[in-house]
Amino acid sequence: MTTNETPANVPEPAAGKGAPLLEVRDLHVEFHTRDGVVNAINGVNYSVSAGETLAVLGESGSGKSVTAQAIMGILDMPPGKIPKGEIFFRGDDMLRMSDEERRKIRGSKLAMIFQDALSALNPVLSVGYQLGEMFRVHQGLSRKDAKAKSIELMDRVRIPAAKARVNDYPHQFSGGMRQRIMIAMALALEPDLIIADEPTTALDVTVQAQIMDLLAELQREYNMGLILITHDLGVVADVADKIAVMYAGRIVENAPVHELYKRPAHPYTRGLLDSIPRLDQKGQELYAIKGLPPNLQHIPAGCAFNPRCTMAQDVCRTDVPVLHQVTERDGAELPGRGSACHFWKETIHG
Amino acid sequence: MAEMKKKAGAVADSTPSVSDVVESDASTTTEVEAALDKRVARGEPILQVRNLVKHFPLTQGILFRRQVGAVKAVDGISFDLYQGETLGIVGESGCGKSTVAKLLMTLEKATAGEVFYKGQDITKLSGRALHAVRRNIQMVFQDPYTSLNPRMTVGDIIGEPYEIHPEVAPKGSRRKKVQDLLDVVGLNPEYINRYPHQFSGGQRQRIGIARGLALNPEIIICDEPVSALDVSVQAQVINLMEKLQDEFNLSYLFIAHDLSIVRHISDRVGVMYLGKMAEIGSDQEIYEHPTHPYTQALLSAVPVPDPEAREGRERIILTGDVPSPANPPSGCRFRTRCWKAEEKCSKEEPLLAIPQRFATTDSLAAHESACHFAEEKDVVGAA
Amino acid sequence: MSDTSGITSPSHSSPAGDYAAKEEVARQSGTAPQPSEPKKTQASSLWANAWRDLRRRPVFIVSGIIIVLLIVIAIAPSLFTSTNPKPGDLAHFMQKPKLGHFFEADWFGYDGQGRSIYARVIYGARASMTVGVFATLFVTVAGGLIGILAGYFGGWVDALLSRLTDIFFGIPLLLGSLVMLQAFTGRTAWTVALALGVLGWTQVARVMRGSVITVKQADYVQAARALGAGNGRIIFKHVLPNAIAPVIVVATIALGMYISAEATLSYMGIGIQNGISWGADISTASSQIRNSLHVLLFPAGFLTVTVLAFIMLGDAVRDALDPKLR
Repeated sequence: MTTNETPANVPEPAAGKGAPLLEVRDLHVEFHTRDGVVNAINGVNYSVSAGETLAVLGESGSGKSVTAQAIMGILDMPPGKIPKGEIFFRGDDMLRMSDEERRKIRGSKLAMIFQDALSALNPVLSVGYQLGEMFRVHQGLSRKDAKAKSIELMDRVRIPAAKARVNDYPHQFSGGMRQRIMIAMALALEPDLIIADEPTTALDVTVQAQIMDLLAELQREYNMGLILITHDLGVVADVADKIAVMYAGRIVENAPVHELYKRPAHPYTRGLLDSIPRLDQKGQELYAIKGLPPNLQHIPAGCAFNPRCTMAQDVCRTDVPVLHQVTERDGAELPGRGSACHFWKETIHG
Repeated sequence: MAEMKKKAGAVADSTPSVSDVVESDASTTTEVEAALDKRVARGEPILQVRNLVKHFPLTQGILFRRQVGAVKAVDGISFDLYQGETLGIVGESGCGKSTVAKLLMTLEKATAGEVFYKGQDITKLSGRALHAVRRNIQMVFQDPYTSLNPRMTVGDIIGEPYEIHPEVAPKGSRRKKVQDLLDVVGLNPEYINRYPHQFSGGQRQRIGIARGLALNPEIIICDEPVSALDVSVQAQVINLMEKLQDEFNLSYLFIAHDLSIVRHISDRVGVMYLGKMAEIGSDQEIYEHPTHPYTQALLSAVPVPDPEAREGRERIILTGDVPSPANPPSGCRFRTRCWKAEEKCSKEEPLLAIPQRFATTDSLAAHESACHFAEEKDVVGAA
Repeated sequence: MSDTSGITSPSHSSPAGDYAAKEEVARQSGTAPQPSEPKKTQASSLWANAWRDLRRRPVFIVSGIIIVLLIVIAIAPSLFTSTNPKPGDLAHFMQKPKLGHFFEADWFGYDGQGRSIYARVIYGARASMTVGVFATLFVTVAGGLIGILAGYFGGWVDALLSRLTDIFFGIPLLLGSLVMLQAFTGRTAWTVALALGVLGWTQVARVMRGSVITVKQADYVQAARALGAGNGRIIFKHVLPNAIAPVIVVATIALGMYISAEATLSYMGIGIQNGISWGADISTASSQIRNSLHVLLFPAGFLTVTVLAFIMLGDAVRDALDPKLR
């Protein structure tokens, strides 16, 4: 293995959490479309351990969701293609597995929660049936036992009057309740890892808080790994242990959550943090990152962020920055911190 | 016209200088006074909304329809909008905030109530008179992907207002005007012949704003204008909207669910819940001195992108979901989710007024709030 | 209108911020001409995209060539044969085809009255194409109009028109036109087209209504209304251009259907009188099917290929216009 050559590329697992549950190494994904090749992911590395929450933060087109789909094995191929990379789940590379082996992992060991619960649930089947299906198919339970289990699950995700509502259909539930049902489905087989793709984006603020709390609590209870994919810097701050910031299909910065907010080491992260208005103070003019996110068919040469970056120099337009290990001024390594910026020192230390 | 230009120039020049910073520092010491001054010195409202009601009938039957109930989307809302100010309206989905926008645009017919634009009730207007009023009230839509006709060029989209109101610009001058508008919103005027799908979300929203500006309106109603945009692009559009407001002395009604953005752009804020106004006041009054439990819960639920600022905050997590607007709770509509609810709340509907206990004080808690047990609570951690 | 001139300030006086924003857009577009669409598609709309897509589909190319050829045959049959299709010469009674004799009278052989089958097939194309094209035009205009009115105005207009559509939808196309055509003496391709059109518009009306209802709710329609646009403007500028795609697809497929309906009617002896039509020829041939297959084979083959070409075209257009299928 080449882990020694690029130490910063593989984020260190947080102390005391043991070996990583999931490890993504140098993942590339491209889409072959009529208009050419879209380079959605260009070398992503991250890992999650049991009981740990990794937030993957990015704007639309950053590749955060595509990475999740590649991990789940639900990428449409074609047009999608994984030309390079490894995805280790408990030490086995899932990309080298047979379809049958992957299917066994999916659902029972790896589960996913989607943004839009209404379209992820089948509208013509009752929620009880859909929940029970997990037990009937994977565990061979009888219809009656499966139903009992479904009610238990609905209780666990705090759906009031679960017994009475088990035969209701998805449209009879509110958005927040539907997202709870999605969570219950993901939890059904007690997976080791849950990937939540924008789980609260479609929900109202007060409901958002409920759902995030529920997720965090269940994660502790089951000691699961959680990958939280989001564009919302606020949501991340509440629940994540560590953050990976993605831009144009690469991770540009990773850091433990508190440190990222306190001292961003990449100009993109810093720009994002500066550009959101604050609830607790009224600023003058908002800082705005200039320009637009890049077109994935024509990613700028060098650092993908260079046309929008205030610090860009000539080197940024020619050399793709690797993920540097971030250190203190005196050279002491900051554990779990990396920045893919040629000028990370200037960014973090001013 | 010359005046307008001078003003625009002044705005451009006024990059935050040392003197500005000093000034704003000074103002914090007397911020309460300043806020109170602002309350007095607003002048005449440009838009007055009085007891606005919109019920959507629920019907059964195909050939012979009969009404079986009504969704009370907006159920008696009153507020004023002043010249040059931004009034933010916040609330969760289903609270009726988007319906308010449609009513003000007369895209929906109000069930009851009045909307006075410069003293004229626009809900009663039709035909030519309505057409004339529409010139002055324009709208920016939420979704930049569906609010522009995909079959029209950008030039046709921004120029359409001139075809509908030909008196605004003679035919020959329209192309030039459209190009100027593109320039004003920060787009290359050469893009005039392109189609919407050739632009990104942020650029499309700029096109939507340019269309809203074309008739030189006095009021722009913005229904979630940045919620469909990426974070890094949101800031660009917000800054543009603020710049344009100063430049053209626009009044904004800014409807959004993102409380941070609303605070940033608004002078005053109204909080809606289930078709009613729960609380209304200046941005400082609402965010730093909220007295309605719903506002407090809403504010405390907002995830703050700063783990340290979060530590000191009290979080109020509401139970349950928003009830159906077809069958709202009796009395106070928030009582089913409120931790303060008592017998009185289910019987008596609280009116939107300055609470008695604060009425005689000059505290910032003395603003209109529709709660029987209004009580100040700082949930944002700003004070 | 001095109050409007505020926004038309010449660009040199516009605030510095504009330039920063504009420049960055310009620079962006310097590296990639269009941020969201990298290709140099100057005026690419849905239709332009569809056309680009269609040109690469073999199904479209093949069906397109067949249809163009058929149209030319229908307009100018004398370009393809100099033989008169009407008079027969019993000397040629049921002569077998001479497949080597391209474009000659005896290429496809002769029928029971000694008429050149090749000439009859060529001259028969006009009837089929006339019926197909004009029935479709009628259906598209009438059904489209009714669909727009019902979908756009809703309420009682919709209730009335939708019930009317349902009533006509209940009448079987062939049976209905059979009964209607009984009333006419001297039936031409035009009468047949009219009969088929009168009974066939319901499908287009339904598709148009549904499409209009979807488009009507789009924000850009609301935006136009907010600007004070009238119904006419909204319908023709905003609703129709965005709602017509599915109708075109349905119409193309229906065209094939009308051609085969005309053949069926002619087969039953209730179609075009005193004219040449594939259906009529198939009808005559069917009595001799046992001893000479060629009399049936050629008109039936032309009919099948024509219908297939239109249906394939409709399919290709539908796929090209549906961005989700791309």
